[in-house]
Amino acid sequence: MGLLGTGILKGLGVTLRHFIDTYAEDLKYMLNKSGVQQPRPLRRQSPKVRGLVTVEYPKERLPLPENFRYVPFLVYDTEKQDDKCTSCGICAKVCPPQCIWIVRTEDPVTKRPIPQPKEFYIDTTICMNCGYCAEFCPFDAIKMDHDYELSYYPEQEPSARLVHDKARLTKPDTYHASIHPTDWQRELNERAAEEAKKKAAAEAKAKPAVAGKPSEGNSAAQ
Amino acid sequence: MSEEMTNPAAAAKPAAAAKPTPAKPAAQKAPPLATLTPELLQLQQHFGEAVIAPAPYVGVLVNDLGKLREVMTYVRDQLGYDMLANATAVDYIKEGYIEVVYHPQRSRGGEPLTLKVRVPRGDDPVAPAPVAVPSLVPVYAGAEFQEREIYDMFGVRFEGHPDLRRILTWEGFYGWPLRKDWREPYYEGDTKPFDSRWPGGHHQLAEERVPWHDNVNYPPGFDPLNYQANPDAGLYDTMRSGVPGLDDGSTSNGHAQVAGVGAAVYVLDRNSNLLADEEELRTDQIIVNMGPQHPSTHGVLRMVVKLDGETVTDLKLVLGYLHRNHEKIGERNTWLHNIPYTDRLDYICGLANEFGYVITVEKMMGIKPPERAEYLRVIMAELTRIESHFWAIGFLLNDLGAFYTPALYFITERDLILDLFEAVTGSRLMCNYMRFGGVSRDFTEDQIMRARELAFERIPRKIDELEQLLTDNEIIKARTVGVGYLPAERSINYSLTGPCLRAAGVPYDIRRADPYSIYDRFDFDIPVFYGADVYDRYRVRVAEMRQSVRIVQQALNQLDQTKPGDIQAGKKAYNHRVPAGQAYGRVETPKGELGFYLVSDGGQNPYRYHVRSSSFINLNSLKEMVVGHKVADAVVILGSLDIVLGEVDR
Repeated sequence: MGLLGTGILKGLGVTLRHFIDTYAEDLKYMLNKSGVQQPRPLRRQSPKVRGLVTVEYPKERLPLPENFRYVPFLVYDTEKQDDKCTSCGICAKVCPPQCIWIVRTEDPVTKRPIPQPKEFYIDTTICMNCGYCAEFCPFDAIKMDHDYELSYYPEQEPSARLVHDKARLTKPDTYHASIHPTDWQRELNERAAEEAKKKAAAEAKAKPAVAGKPSEGNSAAQ
Repeated sequence: MSEEMTNPAAAAKPAAAAKPTPAKPAAQKAPPLATLTPELLQLQQHFGEAVIAPAPYVGVLVNDLGKLREVMTYVRDQLGYDMLANATAVDYIKEGYIEVVYHPQRSRGGEPLTLKVRVPRGDDPVAPAPVAVPSLVPVYAGAEFQEREIYDMFGVRFEGHPDLRRILTWEGFYGWPLRKDWREPYYEGDTKPFDSRWPGGHHQLAEERVPWHDNVNYPPGFDPLNYQANPDAGLYDTMRSGVPGLDDGSTSNGHAQVAGVGAAVYVLDRNSNLLADEEELRTDQIIVNMGPQHPSTHGVLRMVVKLDGETVTDLKLVLGYLHRNHEKIGERNTWLHNIPYTDRLDYICGLANEFGYVITVEKMMGIKPPERAEYLRVIMAELTRIESHFWAIGFLLNDLGAFYTPALYFITERDLILDLFEAVTGSRLMCNYMRFGGVSRDFTEDQIMRARELAFERIPRKIDELEQLLTDNEIIKARTVGVGYLPAERSINYSLTGPCLRAAGVPYDIRRADPYSIYDRFDFDIPVFYGADVYDRYRVRVAEMRQSVRIVQQALNQLDQTKPGDIQAGKKAYNHRVPAGQAYGRVETPKGELGFYLVSDGGQNPYRYHVRSSSFINLNSLKEMVVGHKVADAVVILGSLDIVLGEVDR
């Protein structure tokens, strides 16, 4: 068969076009003063782009989507000055590689459990970042983090470990609100709704019991 | 009928190493018998009661092992089930038998049949099962690797198998890993969740918990100091046979071991009797190992090729370098735990794997996801197909010698799709998106916009660009047309599925052949080409990407008619109990048919979790495609199969 070399020329043509497109787009952006200032990595990753898409990590970074998930952290309620975790153990049960260890606090006298973790470990060398713990936690106490750079130099940080203990895991809810604004808003809404419900229940209780009954019947009928 | 097969002695005395399992309140009701389809009735009438009986839950049981091959031949020739979709086994330790399960199917579509045979498992945890099953390789060539896998994992021998060696573990491995009484290193418990995690969960490294001497099971009398491993003897012996004068493995002239760079080379003297003619050029056949570390093998695959000059005359595959006993892990896990693990099978198209697993479990639980979740699943699965095919074509070019530049153009497109996955699910590859009866997150308006941009504008444009560059490219054509030819009948017999089968002219795509989810609602075609070579496999993939774009476009348009936020049927739960039973569910992933054979005993964990992986079974036919071609073509043909070792080795 005859190979005329058009295949090679065509291939080189495509490469050349990508090369030119990259500079053309950069040039267009530089000349465009009226447009919105968009950082280069974002601009390059847009679906409309025809040139180069590379982002020069770690000098440049793409913003992470809110849902992005990496090794979990524990949320600390700054308002109540308390851990949100009640050490119910659901996260440890749903964890597929079983990387969560929890020691429940016990009352020293009665030996009854206190809803607070005494120790909490996540072995990040086992964690598969599936997000089940955050998904199934009924108290919004464990969330997936955006901090994906966990490596460290043992000489420089002798105390650093890949097995995260409770102190390493706990982060304030303000941090959670900053990386998960939508999720945080949902939490606030739920909390407000619950408080409104509690208030309503308290008011209903304050009223005579006879008055409460017909209204219940009405709502059931509807 | 089924009780006759069980060995009463074995049933009375469970294997010595069997851990006294925590007594489950096992309902000792007899499991419901399967209902017989017309095909099975016909089979039963032909072979009579002595051979066939309805099996518990699903399928039929072939009681007379000696007639198995005859029955299967009848199933293939008279009933038209020309393709062995799946073969696996289940260890019923309490009942004392191992059940081998076959799923033959018709290449023109429909549900697969289920046939089972039972062999007593024996008391010895190390010796293979005392009774051998007749091998089905003469009936279905696609059974070769699957039977080797059953032998490797369960210790069931197959009589008449051409090359019955371990396949995923190494020769000399101690025990049968998927038997219920086998324990892995760092064994902690039979089922998750483990008790040590909560409420008194002090962290402990597994290495510290299990002292070293308990981590490896050595065969009795094993002397580690003087042990000389020769795990490859069986491998090379089978390749050496057929070369006259060397069957005995003697080291006469010409049989020398040469250590090459990165490869062990065995030089074999070719038949010295036949080459008496001095005029003829004398050539040596050599055995060359390609891989496991080799850029062309798409991971850690080892191809042992016998070469005559540059022509491949024989090929053997060595698998299992990435074996982690996914199925055993799956049996330890709860049903929910398995979803993120399926992502790691074929890590290029994780969402498609999840799809297969969740619809199989949903089949057993009898639930259906809401409309919106169905659409989201289809959108994700089809986007996965597009990105996987971009990847496959990019790396096919790599194998052809166009290193990385063209591949990176396609990876760019793939990354845009992965960006969407990341925004929706939180992860690019290991999405963990689907749930039983739904999906984990809804698309936001922004994400729908992004998906629309991709599906209506960017991806079609890029597929056009790709075709402009490649489809009529003379270099591509020179290297791929007519290479790796495997005709339709052989492809079917080898259980080849996916784009490779459709490139041989067989319009078999499970989305149409045995529709699942809501694929019956969309208007799309199954592209078929007839060349059965590497070029047509490439063309099928391109055409399939266009069809997937069509599906995504339709799904995005219809998504508006569903209720936002309605993505989960029932209440979200984490402790599912699946009713006792068995199910085989399958989906069409970008690589072919991905099946899950699941057995539930009604508990929180699967009793058996088998993955019918298309990459693994497609490799069966590689030898026939490659033999007769040059070494460089072997690389291209392997590339055209588009395997992922995470799924091959499991």
